[in-house]
Amino acid sequence: MTWSATARGAHQPDNTAFTQQRLPAWHPLLSASIALPLFFCAGLAFIGLGLGLYYSSNGIKELAYDYTGDPGTGNCSVCATAGQGRAPPPPCSCAWYFSLPELFQGPVYLYYELTNFYQNNRRYGVSRDDSQLSGLPSSLRHPVNECAPYQYSAAGLPIAPCGAIANSLFNDSFSLWHQRQPNGPYVEVPLDRTGIAWWTDYHVKFRNPPLVNGSLALAFRGTAPPPNWHRPVYELSPDPNNTGFINQDFVVWMRTAALPTFRKLYARIRQGNYSAGLPRGAYRVNITYNYPVRAFSGHKRLIFSSISWMGGKNPFLGIAYLLVGSLCIFVGFVMLVVYIRYQDQNEDEEDDE
Amino acid sequence: MFRRSFNRFCAGEEKRVGTRTVFVGNHPVSETEAYIAQKFCDNRIISSKYTLWNFLPKNLFEQFRRIANFYFLIIFLIQVTVDTPTSPITSGLPLFFVITVTAIKQGYEDWLRHRADNEVNKSTVYIIENAKRVKKESEKIKVGDIVEVQADETFPCDLILLSSCTVDGTCYVTTASLDGESNCKTHYAVRDTIELRTVESIDNLRAAIECEQPQSDLYKSLGPENLLLKGATLKNTKKIYGVAVYTGMETKMALNYQGKSQKRSAVEKSINAFLIVYLFILLTKAAICTTLKYVWQSTPYNDEPWYNQKTQKERETWKVLKMFTDFLSFMVLFNFIIPVSMYVTVEMQKFLGSFFISWDNDFYDEEINEGALVNTSDLNEELGQVDYVFTDKTGTLTENSMEFIECCIDGHKYKGVAQETDGLSQTDGPLPYLDRADKNREELFLRALCLCHTVEVKPNDTVDGVTESSELTYMSSSPDEIALVKGAKKYGFTFVGVQNGYMRVENQRKEIEEYELLHTLNFDSVRRRMSVIVKTQSGDILLFCKGADSAVFPRVQNHEIDLIKVHVEHNAMEGYRTLCIAFKEIAPDDYERVNRQLIEAKMALQDREEKMEKVFDEIETDMHLIGATAVEDKLQDQAAETIEALHAAGLKVWVLTGDKMETAKSTCYACRLFQTNTELLELTTKTIEESERKEDRLHELLTEYRKKLLREFPKSTRSLKKAWTEHQEYGLIIDGSTLSLILNSSQDSGSNNYRSIFLQICMKCTAVLCCRMAPLQKAQIVRMVKNLKGSPITLSIGDGANDVSMILESHVGIGIKGKEGRQASRNSDYAVPKFKHLKKLLLAHGHLYYVRIAHLVQYFFYKPLYDAAYLTMYNICFTSLPILAYSLLEQHINIDTLTSDPRLYMKISGNAMLQLGPFLYWTFLAAFEGTVFFFGTYFLFQTTSLDENGKVYGNWTFGTIIFTILVFTVTLKLALDTRFWTWINHLVIWGSLAFYVFFSFFWGGIIWPFLKQQRMYFIFAQMLSSVSIWLTIILLIFVSLSPEMLRIVLRSVRRRSTRNPNLELPMLLSYKHIDSGYR
Repeated sequence: MTWSATARGAHQPDNTAFTQQRLPAWHPLLSASIALPLFFCAGLAFIGLGLGLYYSSNGIKELAYDYTGDPGTGNCSVCATAGQGRAPPPPCSCAWYFSLPELFQGPVYLYYELTNFYQNNRRYGVSRDDSQLSGLPSSLRHPVNECAPYQYSAAGLPIAPCGAIANSLFNDSFSLWHQRQPNGPYVEVPLDRTGIAWWTDYHVKFRNPPLVNGSLALAFRGTAPPPNWHRPVYELSPDPNNTGFINQDFVVWMRTAALPTFRKLYARIRQGNYSAGLPRGAYRVNITYNYPVRAFSGHKRLIFSSISWMGGKNPFLGIAYLLVGSLCIFVGFVMLVVYIRYQDQNEDEEDDE
Repeated sequence: MFRRSFNRFCAGEEKRVGTRTVFVGNHPVSETEAYIAQKFCDNRIISSKYTLWNFLPKNLFEQFRRIANFYFLIIFLIQVTVDTPTSPITSGLPLFFVITVTAIKQGYEDWLRHRADNEVNKSTVYIIENAKRVKKESEKIKVGDIVEVQADETFPCDLILLSSCTVDGTCYVTTASLDGESNCKTHYAVRDTIELRTVESIDNLRAAIECEQPQSDLYKSLGPENLLLKGATLKNTKKIYGVAVYTGMETKMALNYQGKSQKRSAVEKSINAFLIVYLFILLTKAAICTTLKYVWQSTPYNDEPWYNQKTQKERETWKVLKMFTDFLSFMVLFNFIIPVSMYVTVEMQKFLGSFFISWDNDFYDEEINEGALVNTSDLNEELGQVDYVFTDKTGTLTENSMEFIECCIDGHKYKGVAQETDGLSQTDGPLPYLDRADKNREELFLRALCLCHTVEVKPNDTVDGVTESSELTYMSSSPDEIALVKGAKKYGFTFVGVQNGYMRVENQRKEIEEYELLHTLNFDSVRRRMSVIVKTQSGDILLFCKGADSAVFPRVQNHEIDLIKVHVEHNAMEGYRTLCIAFKEIAPDDYERVNRQLIEAKMALQDREEKMEKVFDEIETDMHLIGATAVEDKLQDQAAETIEALHAAGLKVWVLTGDKMETAKSTCYACRLFQTNTELLELTTKTIEESERKEDRLHELLTEYRKKLLREFPKSTRSLKKAWTEHQEYGLIIDGSTLSLILNSSQDSGSNNYRSIFLQICMKCTAVLCCRMAPLQKAQIVRMVKNLKGSPITLSIGDGANDVSMILESHVGIGIKGKEGRQASRNSDYAVPKFKHLKKLLLAHGHLYYVRIAHLVQYFFYKPLYDAAYLTMYNICFTSLPILAYSLLEQHINIDTLTSDPRLYMKISGNAMLQLGPFLYWTFLAAFEGTVFFFGTYFLFQTTSLDENGKVYGNWTFGTIIFTILVFTVTLKLALDTRFWTWINHLVIWGSLAFYVFFSFFWGGIIWPFLKQQRMYFIFAQMLSSVSIWLTIILLIFVSLSPEMLRIVLRSVRRRSTRNPNLELPMLLSYKHIDSGYR
């Protein structure tokens, strides 16, 4: 600065570091010497992580069965043909038999999977009324317009729960039976149908409307169930903590999936003898076949899966980590070569001077 | 009565033909003739754009002329009318914000202009009304009013001088702010009214003035010696009376002033180009998506599966309409690829960024106690893009003050400041002998300096007869003469003044010598010399002549020339103005004859000029050369260095000046615009001559020059920048009349040809000097260059009102806050106190702003759908603040480095950072990252569960993951690109990430009662409980950042290897060499 402090005039700009763009600054430059070790370290770390992920994903067992009932794929095809073209399809049940040669390490989770079902369709996705689901009596009577055409029933009654998502609630049900000894009796395996929804969904987001005279049914009086439902919402389950809007199946269903092929948790197996997993033996799954999927050429599958610290079976993450890790190291080597070559050149030039 | 008031309303567009009649004092000329009230426009100057009333509609209209604003308006309207996935608020709010911010900004800027206008319009003037002095505001002056102007005031409008306080009715005027000539011009009062020197008498004047309709050409009408122009300043005359003939927007100055149009920077044009590309992409994308949608929907179970039936209304909608609305919805859905907030950020960046210019202490000038001024913040980045620099000379390159540097008497060089009155200090000249010249010669030379001029001494108020030498104030129509007289004074000979026809000179011995002034042979540009004939006390009659070397040398004895010629040439190289001094003794008999001839010529009624010339020519022969002087048109501090730096930065510097060619040329040498080895091509009236066949001669010259240049530069213009340093340099000199010949001979078939040849020549020259330019011609030149192929960015810098039109015409206008008033700085985009500041302004600020804004823009286009609140917040909060901070603070190269190494400027010239290449790079990077984000997460979601408790995640989690990765990647990428981490950057970058996390928790943590759908509820918290998602996020961020990291690393490796020591600029070296050689 050439000017002296006394010469400062009224219009003199402030001489601060900020105004003069002289703020103290850190000049990081991602030079090769920093980036190379970084790449190598990251590469090694990624490979390590990837291996861990890969193995833990491989350790997860999955057992799946397609019970859509395509002709010749088992006894569910009867139900499928029976329900063809009829709405609502008649109640039908079928079964899936399988046997486990060894222990299916637990905890075991039972999922159902639908394919070609577009829960992420926009028109479908918005077709719900969250304030109705949170138990607001006014919303119960006046569902939002997004719910249309599942807003009011043909009789003009408000539908509760309204909307396409609720209307299309998955209504197949499963029960698992275990035959301990060959030709022995089938024992029902207890399925834990609670705790399958997000805690916050079950406890905060979804609430039943206030009881009228201690009765949930009365609270829902004046509303109609969704057209595809066989029973009103307050009869979804006999358990008062699992019926109405807080029925866990319902809550799980209402969390719409991101992709057209999706799985939803049906039950956890963790009670009694089965807490450690499914023991060896023959099993039967009784399926109540209600849900029509062939209309949109979808498939239904039933999946038993165990879980690790990273979730369900998904080799992708492990492979991706391995791949990126090796790429990092490869690129690191390439850069090292480039770097060394350039450095040699530089030294040569410096020698020349 | 109203007959004429209809067709003359105000400064209308109607053809101004014929004359106008002005009634002095608005009194009718005679009682018999009815006074016709003519309606002329009032004396208000308007440079502002809006008024209070039209601000809103006009501003809105102008804003929506921007493609982007219009586009967003459309999108907003679509969102309002059509059912779309995103709410209209998401695009409406930012749009509203943008419009408001811009409107406030422009309103504020216009308010400043209003204030500046008011300063002029409300300034007080005195008008004679009914024999009284009436104080009025300047804007109230009507045509015909008699105005009183006092010394050092500027004329409020164009006036006809009626009378002045001096007996002979003269006044001195400086038109510095009009044409850049700062010398005093003498104007004469109308002969019939000279005597009307009192308020009463002037009020009794009944007269009508016939004058031509307003015209813009300054030089055509500077002739009438009794017209005083608005903007000129009255000097050395106590007061004058004048009658207003042209007022307000009809004054010469205002007519030469061009309307202010909105300037747009090249970056903005690039943005618009990108916008169009993206708009195209958007449309394509929307079209493809609509097609795909209908393909997908063609299977009935996809169109309307049982689980998702349509409403009755939806079924009934006409299909084509449906498709159209679908298309629009898709468009709206994807409209986020064109970021609305970019405009906000760009505006804010520019607005805030401009503060850094005005805050810069290096632009602070102690003399005027002011720093830089930013009038338009839209053009910050344009400063980094300049290709051509047009500069005014007077007051811009030069200080506008002359200084006597050295003289040479009989080949002896005298230089430096003599402290003592009794001798000259002598410095070593390059001449072989070191002794001084003969004492008599010395004195003769100094006497010549003291006598041969037309300088007048301003009478001192305190002491009348005996003037103290230190208090003498000289004034003259030529600043050179003052410098010479002052120079002589330094050496002991003081010109005291003229008394009763005797010139009084105080010599070194403090004696007063008196010389009878017999004749003054005035200077004219053809002879390029002037002479005086004086009679000494002893009765000898002497003729002293001074003039340009070329004009004097042929008229003196040959043997005298050689000694002095060396000096003269040497001085000319250095950019000094040199004059040769010669004298001759005239025998009394000869004088009689000469005297008679002179008087005869002066009295001649016809061909007076020619006769005078002939006589002068005869007299000024056989003289003896005494010496030569060198006067420096003092350059502004560091002007030469700045020009050097600009040259080195690959800019072409043109000097446009109203000055005489010789003066301008020497300045160009002085500021090293022309190097000593520069070959000059002249296209002036002198070279073309006053022949009948001007055009042919012009054509000849043009083609000849072109041939010359083409031979020299066989390569295309691309290699020109390199070529400069190696080849012979060419400079072009052209003057106003030749230029108009080239530009205006449009009737002839060859005119276009001339123009293109001229342009070709211009482009091949390193430096162009245009002299004798009228303000509008300056603007013409700028416009011509602006419209060249490749539309180079032009920058004009000037200080006076005469530069205003040029400043307005060019892409970037810079005003110097000089002595010549504030017109230029008021109309400029930027104003700095000195020319030297241009260097830092361009090289440092311009460069930085350009890099910053380029990055900003690219970054915005790079940023790649989702919840409404998130979407709105995304562009505005999460990612805008960091880039804003970045774009304000980034200094990828140190400021000092930038100013000292002008070559860096070349790198960014031609909008290099916003060309297709980088644009594609960013777009592909964005596409790559988008793919990585989506498919990474997609594959992740193939699994049953991502959690150790087996619960499943929905589509909102899917989106949130992608979004989180996006925010982090984008912010971290910025962090990678930041080279200059101040605490603000740290705060903002890390702060914004932290804010994102916080906001996500907050947004998902509460059931928001006003929202219809609680879809974000607890998504974020739940998401973070999954280890897999953490791992995915980290992996994907790393993957998407690695290309950028690689690029940076590779670049740093490469940069190191290419750091070539040989790249030192030869130009800079040469300049240093010259510098050391001359001092």
